[in-house]
Amino acid sequence: MAGGFVYTAVESTAMSTAEYYGNTLAELGREHPEIVALTADLATSTKIGIFQKEFPDRFFNVGIAEQNMFGCAAGMAKAGCVPFLSTFSVFASLRCADQLHTDICYQNINCKVIATHAGTSFGQAGSTHHAIVDLAVARSMPNLVVICPADGIETANAVRAAYEHNGPVYIRINRGFDRVLYSDADYGYQIGKAVELHEGSDVTVIATGSCAFQALQAAMFLENVQGIKVRVLNMHTIKPIDKEAILKAVKETGKIITAEDHNVIGGLGSAVAEVIAECDEPCKFKRLGIPDKFAPIGLHEDIMSIIGIDSNGIIKAVHGMLGVNTDDDDNWDDEV
Amino acid sequence: MSLTKQEWLALEKKAHELRNLCLDTTYWAGSGHIGGGMSSMDILTVLYHKYLRIKKDDPNWADRDRFILSKGHAGIAYAPVLCNYGYNDIEQLKTFNHTNSKMGIHLDSNKVVGVDASTGSLGHGLPIAAGTGLAARVLKKSYNTYCLMGDGELGEGSNWEAAMTINHYNLTNVISIVDRNHKMIDGDTEDVMKLEPLADKWTAFGFTVKKVDGQNIRELCEAIDFAHASDNPVLILADTKKGAGIKLMEDNYKWHYGAINDEIYAGAKKDLEEYYAKRIERVEREAK
Repeated sequence: MAGGFVYTAVESTAMSTAEYYGNTLAELGREHPEIVALTADLATSTKIGIFQKEFPDRFFNVGIAEQNMFGCAAGMAKAGCVPFLSTFSVFASLRCADQLHTDICYQNINCKVIATHAGTSFGQAGSTHHAIVDLAVARSMPNLVVICPADGIETANAVRAAYEHNGPVYIRINRGFDRVLYSDADYGYQIGKAVELHEGSDVTVIATGSCAFQALQAAMFLENVQGIKVRVLNMHTIKPIDKEAILKAVKETGKIITAEDHNVIGGLGSAVAEVIAECDEPCKFKRLGIPDKFAPIGLHEDIMSIIGIDSNGIIKAVHGMLGVNTDDDDNWDDEV
Repeated sequence: MSLTKQEWLALEKKAHELRNLCLDTTYWAGSGHIGGGMSSMDILTVLYHKYLRIKKDDPNWADRDRFILSKGHAGIAYAPVLCNYGYNDIEQLKTFNHTNSKMGIHLDSNKVVGVDASTGSLGHGLPIAAGTGLAARVLKKSYNTYCLMGDGELGEGSNWEAAMTINHYNLTNVISIVDRNHKMIDGDTEDVMKLEPLADKWTAFGFTVKKVDGQNIRELCEAIDFAHASDNPVLILADTKKGAGIKLMEDNYKWHYGAINDEIYAGAKKDLEEYYAKRIERVEREAK
């Protein structure tokens, strides 16, 4: 069963999200000779071939050895390089979690982890390749900035911002093609600052990664068809979370729904819940995400639909929170 | 760079001083990983007092040689070395392991001056050393990186991942040393998880292996000189004794970590004097 909105690679003519990363890394490489790139046999998959080709002396493929890659990167950063590590999110966060924790975060070194194939974006590969706990792992590591861009343009912005940030950064990006949320990079991207995609006062949907596009689609549908005004925040930075934007949404809408391609435990939903729980304002709250189980195998858009983090799932959640009963609307005559 | 008798004696004296300081630190802390600290002390002494190109007044000198203590629990030996060298106030050793001390069992590179990497989780040092070795190439620097591993930690696969990298990139600027004291927390390495034939393993991973007596300063120096001249990565397999110099602890796996009371302390002090005397006799006998 497919979702209500098309989300497939075959229909996209844009660059894949990882290609935006690869191109940005090469650009940064031209500007900054201290940048080095490391991968564990995933140069092709993570689209850093352009850097490899242009800077072969600053490119290191350590083979299928993620722990070693993270350790090497730590050593290189300690010596003055700025390493960008590229591997799948599921490995970056779990296979070498000890190295991420101790070598990189504990030492607070200037190292950037670009974790591709995030969430269920490599859906067909099954749960061994779904990264559904990486935000929880990364978010709980001191010193680590955690970013989940919404599309290719935002990935480019995030990668540049990560270079400017002096310290460890974890960026999770999807496999393949994201739906295009931004056509222009100049929208004021800042680490830790949510972007309002849609104005609204009835309810706020805080979304991250591929859910940001879905949330915007949902908000447009709800406003145009039902007059429901949904504020949509693209929470591209999971840590440090934008408390100000969340508290503003609490005060002004009193209802918040989070949406993420991640376990509902430990990711965006948890981060937002922590802010709400510690403020003195009442707020209705719901988390959308993978309900603490392993996701099915399938196309990314199908999985998003199945777990209810596509636009239909978000619309349903908004209806639920506002008490809108859609079951009685059997009259199709008013539909265009 | 052959070792003169005078140099050898000076290094013996320094090693003796540092063994005492390690014992004192363990006593002040109440307990510590003294067994593996003592087995490493000659290696640390030789590195810090003969080979490492470092500056006392500039610990962050970009061109300095790096030292990665992969067996991070030997911090109780490493901290005395760094304080004695002048990087940190020696009085800090009296706070070792105390609440809010800058120095705990595993030294923090952001708190203790001279520590090139925060270690403690085992199997992390050699990958980091490979990284500093690779960085030297990128940054066109001529420094060397020395990495001291324990033998027990070689069970961690990440060491062998790094060994592949060092071999693949022919990182002769990384000098790998294993403190082969034959003991780990739960017993002899060969009982817990067989390491032998250990030299063959490193050879198979592309290293030239130099086996030495890790409690013989001259042999250690010869091995490091050999590594400097080698056009292939070198692994120095330093055969050592856990707790070297203190009879109660020597070759006793139970002294991987132990508590020291006044009686043990007094006996250990006496043992270290006897041990030093024997070591000096060896120098007199063997020095050229």
